[in-house]
Amino acid sequence: MSKRVAITGNEAVAQAMRQINPDVVAAYPITPQTEIVQIFSTFVADGNVDTEFVTVESEHSAMSATIGASAAGARAMTATSSQGLALMWEMLYIAAGLRLPIVAPVVNRALSAPINIHCDHSDTMGARDSGWVQIYSENAQEAYDNLIQAVRIAEHADVQIPAMVCMDGFIVSHGMENAELLDDHVVRSFVGQRTPRHSLLDVDNPATFGALDFADWYFEHRRQLADAQTYVKGVVLDVAKEFAKISGRNYGLFESYRLDDAELAVVVLNSAAGTAKAVVDDLRQQGMKAGLLKIRLFRPFPHDEIVAALAGKKAIAVLDRADGLSTMGGPVFVDVRSAMYDAPGPKMVNYIYGLGGRDVDTEQIAGVYWDLARIAETGKVTSPVTYLGVRE
Amino acid sequence: MAQMLEIRWHGRGGQGAKTAAILLGEAASSVGKYIQAFPEYGPERMGAPVLAFNRISDEPVRVHCHVSNPRIVVVLDPTLIGKNDVTSGVPEDGIYLVNTNLTPAEMRAKLKVKGGKVYTVDATQISIDTIGRAIPNTPMMGALLRATGLMSLEEFVADTRHKLEMKFRSKPEVIGGNIKAIERAYQEVQSE
Repeated sequence: MSKRVAITGNEAVAQAMRQINPDVVAAYPITPQTEIVQIFSTFVADGNVDTEFVTVESEHSAMSATIGASAAGARAMTATSSQGLALMWEMLYIAAGLRLPIVAPVVNRALSAPINIHCDHSDTMGARDSGWVQIYSENAQEAYDNLIQAVRIAEHADVQIPAMVCMDGFIVSHGMENAELLDDHVVRSFVGQRTPRHSLLDVDNPATFGALDFADWYFEHRRQLADAQTYVKGVVLDVAKEFAKISGRNYGLFESYRLDDAELAVVVLNSAAGTAKAVVDDLRQQGMKAGLLKIRLFRPFPHDEIVAALAGKKAIAVLDRADGLSTMGGPVFVDVRSAMYDAPGPKMVNYIYGLGGRDVDTEQIAGVYWDLARIAETGKVTSPVTYLGVRE
Repeated sequence: MAQMLEIRWHGRGGQGAKTAAILLGEAASSVGKYIQAFPEYGPERMGAPVLAFNRISDEPVRVHCHVSNPRIVVVLDPTLIGKNDVTSGVPEDGIYLVNTNLTPAEMRAKLKVKGGKVYTVDATQISIDTIGRAIPNTPMMGALLRATGLMSLEEFVADTRHKLEMKFRSKPEVIGGNIKAIERAYQEVQSE
């Protein structure tokens, strides 16, 4: 029987890791992720898990040790935030290129400079082309559920790609809210054991990992990685179906909230989606046909499904909690608008919001919908990219 | 949507505003409410003004923004009044609960509010008497229950005792002192 508890996002994720009981965890502390590893290390010390816990001197080493463990056949995890993820950079690509199904919670935090410990998505958005699966979570419940599902997604025979599960720093990681945790044995049987196709420790079937791969084969191996990405969507949906059976909670590639008959849509991910749902309800009561699309699977990008869900809308605003600094909007906007290029075209605008933990409230999000209403009525976009809630 | 209760805690670093919000959230959750409890994370220094927040509702809490219009304001340190705007965003019928040895009428004059309700309790003295040091957060929760009827004292004490027992296994005297502080403040809180 699952029970509803009051829990922070970090605590919920640490509990999920305890229940997953990975073979190896190598991690380095960084705010706001520190608690996850700190709590998990108490599980190790108390003998609640069988995990080999590797303390390392940096995030680069954390990812390196995780890669080594995963190549050896272990179920390996790490966790990080912000500068920590940035320091893992070259190893992220290696984890994906070696097709190692590592799973890592990432607590979203701004990147320096200026130094800032609070939430935005610059860290994981920067890793969006690394080859990792990226799953975003609105609240503690979703972070917990997504982490458990990520193990099955990453390790699936058709996928074999590392996955990061993202949640908003402080807002979700440190905020206490309600979540339902599953029983330990339910999670353990759901995630099962990892059965690697190749591993360093399988001496009867020796394999080489990380071999030199010049112009003769590199391209083909990268092409295989791209091909594997196309299987992720289906696996995500299959795993979600199975997860619904043990939890009663349903997940898709994204969540559509009052979107079907909506004329005005906002696209957003992570915790601001909850705030936006309250706004949608409020505006619906006022007669506005408002709807929301919350992206869950951002990498690989479920473009066909998102286009189908947004087709026919009059105006769409994409909210980005990271700035691409390209002067043409944030990363989510660029992807959504590119995907929509061949669809009968709604007007699309972008809002960069919440950088460095700047609060985004219901009033601001309602303002976005009113902007959309004006755009739908006039057919004119005066400002394709707007910075929401910044002092100009 | 059913009405969601929003609470803002004002304190100084070290007085336990965050802990109070978390204990209250856990206790409300234990009786079936949906909750949020979170502090405002700034530079954390002993003595610096800090804020913490609760949302308590019969339905799942979805919003993830700051609490701007709290119906209830709890002030752990009366020296903050006048320096920080503890009345900011509070609706006309807001409830103020202040840790002070002043009467509610005297405190109302200091707060410069007309409507709503003002409650006072000398939580600092209660904590010195019962816990042995000035840590006003737990007695303020007892006073808050009395002022708001959020949940019964018995339910709250049962949940909080359990939490304290887990945290202070090696210091049982802390548990008894805190429970006594909660019960005494529940009795001693003054209304207008």
